[in-house]
Amino acid sequence: MLHFAKWKTVLIIAICLIGALFTAPNLIGRQTLDSLPDWLPKQRISLGLDLRGGSHLLLEVDMSAVLRERLNAVSDDVRARLREAGIGYAGIGVDGDAVVVRVRDAADASRIADEMRGMNAGLDVEAADGVVRGRFTAAEIANRRDQTLAQSIEVVRRRVDELGTREATIQRQGDERIIVQLPGVENPAEIKALLGTTAKMSFRLLDPTTSASEVLSGGRLPPGSEILDGTGPGGQPTKYVVQRRVLVSGERLTDSQPSFQNNEPVVSFRFDSVGGRRFGEATQQNVGRNLAIVLDEKVISAPVIREPILGGSGVISGTFTVQEASNLAVLLRAGALPAPLTVIEERTVGPDLGADAIARGEIASVLAFVLVVLFMAAYYKRLGVFADVALFANLVLLLGALSALQATLTLPGIAGIVLTLGMAVDANVLIYERIREELGNGRSPISAVEAGFKGAMTTIIDSNLTTLIAAMLLFQFGAGPVKGFAVTLSIGILTTLFTSVFVTRLLVASWLKRARPKTLAF
Amino acid sequence: MKFSLNPGRTNIDFLRYRVVALVFTAVLTIGIIALVVFRGLNFGIDFTGGVLVEVETSGPADLSAMRAALGDGAFGDVSLQNFGSENAVLIRLSQDDTAGDAQGRLVEEVRRTLAERVDPQIQIQRAEFVGPKVGGELIEGAVIAFVVAIAAMMVYVWFRFEWQFGVGAVLALFHDVIMTIGMYAITGYEFNLTSVAAVLTIIGYSLNDTVVIFDRVRENLRKYRDMTVPELLNRAVNDTLARTIMTGLTTLIALFALFFVAGEALSGFTFAMIAGVFIGTYSTIFIAVPVLVYLNLQRRQRGRVGGEDDADAAGAADA
Repeated sequence: MLHFAKWKTVLIIAICLIGALFTAPNLIGRQTLDSLPDWLPKQRISLGLDLRGGSHLLLEVDMSAVLRERLNAVSDDVRARLREAGIGYAGIGVDGDAVVVRVRDAADASRIADEMRGMNAGLDVEAADGVVRGRFTAAEIANRRDQTLAQSIEVVRRRVDELGTREATIQRQGDERIIVQLPGVENPAEIKALLGTTAKMSFRLLDPTTSASEVLSGGRLPPGSEILDGTGPGGQPTKYVVQRRVLVSGERLTDSQPSFQNNEPVVSFRFDSVGGRRFGEATQQNVGRNLAIVLDEKVISAPVIREPILGGSGVISGTFTVQEASNLAVLLRAGALPAPLTVIEERTVGPDLGADAIARGEIASVLAFVLVVLFMAAYYKRLGVFADVALFANLVLLLGALSALQATLTLPGIAGIVLTLGMAVDANVLIYERIREELGNGRSPISAVEAGFKGAMTTIIDSNLTTLIAAMLLFQFGAGPVKGFAVTLSIGILTTLFTSVFVTRLLVASWLKRARPKTLAF
Repeated sequence: MKFSLNPGRTNIDFLRYRVVALVFTAVLTIGIIALVVFRGLNFGIDFTGGVLVEVETSGPADLSAMRAALGDGAFGDVSLQNFGSENAVLIRLSQDDTAGDAQGRLVEEVRRTLAERVDPQIQIQRAEFVGPKVGGELIEGAVIAFVVAIAAMMVYVWFRFEWQFGVGAVLALFHDVIMTIGMYAITGYEFNLTSVAAVLTIIGYSLNDTVVIFDRVRENLRKYRDMTVPELLNRAVNDTLARTIMTGLTTLIALFALFFVAGEALSGFTFAMIAGVFIGTYSTIFIAVPVLVYLNLQRRQRGRVGGEDDADAAGAADA
């Protein structure tokens, strides 16, 4: 063991230097870092939101709403198709998770089922007891889910970008969730409000034949119309009777901007060519009637169409505040969410608290390091100093690995580092106590050292592997803080194994070679 | 400077008190389980769901005024406590069945109410909200992590050693888990996701300890052919005692640095870890090792196992 092949020595030193190289960016100022040549590693440890301050939101897409809507659409299609094919039926509707057709003539059941299968809507169709049921296949549901989620992420990203939040990360989690991380955002209320709005916009017409108050006091609601809440001209809540038919939908918008008209905040918008043409035609045919601008089943305003609007652009005036107008413009620009989003988890840390946590974590780490170093040196003398050098190399490698892997360092992660510092010396302690034992058995220093390293090896590997298993499982199944802790713990165990075995061994070996001590004092 | 913590070549008869130790441990374990069951844990919002807001007031916080301002029913059950300093207050609102986004808005309402009625300069330092569904999933994830971690470590020990060692290690692990959770029940520290990390780390530390001694037991089984099993086990514990003390001390040094400096946010975690070092060391010496006496530990080579009957070799896995 006294013999260390040259290439091994070089390799061990090289690994430590590479660790130092990757750690260095964390110690250098941002500006100096930017001025360095590009081939140098420049990644710093990325700090979790609990350390840098910011907001973490977990959003859930209402998949049941998506599927319900889809079922309704399919049931409309079925109706149209059966009518086209001239097949009679007693009724069509949605029941739970199925489109249900009640059959009038039992002989038609199989024809109806065939028609429904022929639609390629991803339905599993079965007929029994005079009823034909179509359920979405698992593949169709999964497909729809993926599509909805991808689309939602896209819209969320656009909305967050519109607000100018920098470095936001938006990720899919599982089947129906989206994680949004917003560094530096202290009060996520505004973003939550924006993300919580579906922003489905449509231009429709008010029903001229009746009014909401008439219907509510017992009048007949005209077929194809519905009653929607909204805001009246003065800002007070009003109800409107609105036709269901959509003249132009919000998808046709290409741009929208907040602006002013008669000193009132308004939102101006522009349609794409198809939307512009349709809007032009619709306004041409309906001069004098009320246009209802509907956002998420609420009427924002219902101006009278005074003249055809042919230029493909227009203005929404409501009783907006400046903020509301600018938010609405953002929502319309970014597009509608395919399904409502709900915030189901939120963790926000103010930047002061984050900075405080870092400062305390740093002090704790330095203090722990210094104390352990002093303790080892005082106790094991020269060999203790070797262990200390290895411990320092360990810290450097750990920080370097965290920077290179861009693993996120969290507050529990700092705890993981400190804990690693304490436990890292275990391997060296095992080796040194073994050496002491062998010396006690009357061996010469060199042979005792050799036996010490050899005897401790299986123990070191066994004991570290068990902890590594625990750490990796923590990473696999843990959430949030547990994961952050597991990352540093796992990396810490690996760097510990390397440094306490190779680095200490190299130091001890080269010292023994040079000094050839007659006795070994502990 | 010269000092020594090394007890030298000790010959303490740890195994002599194994019956006393096992009975004591069993009684303590049952007591702790009863305590946890009847008194319960102070679960954090990670698991219960709910809203947590940490605010900083401009002067020493007037808890009763804040309680009065928030206590008029609009916020459900409210609990307040100082957190770290006089100026910092932790507010917890219990989960009710309002929809997720309504819960999310509560944070802003809390701030507004307190700013209007107690302290206009109040600042929100931290706000967390966990929906009930997420809380349930976090519990599920934590339980899975626990079970899988324990199973995986047991399988590892079983493969590397013989089955008797696996049983000893697992009994020690159960002791560690129960005792650590018991520490949370006794002290009232909040039990949250970070606590789960603490418990699993304690398990890791304790098993580390156990494996070190087991390795020595295995070695001694080959080395000392004529010793009785209790003698052998005593030898192994004594041989590794210096290491146990040293590693325990350095780990404690680091943990105390964390406990006194790193702040309130990690104090529960570090406290559990500090207790865990003792719990883990105890369980290794007084549970994992003594259990081996009762499991008819076999030698690798054929030969007389002092005092034990070697006839039943069927259970020995000669790995």
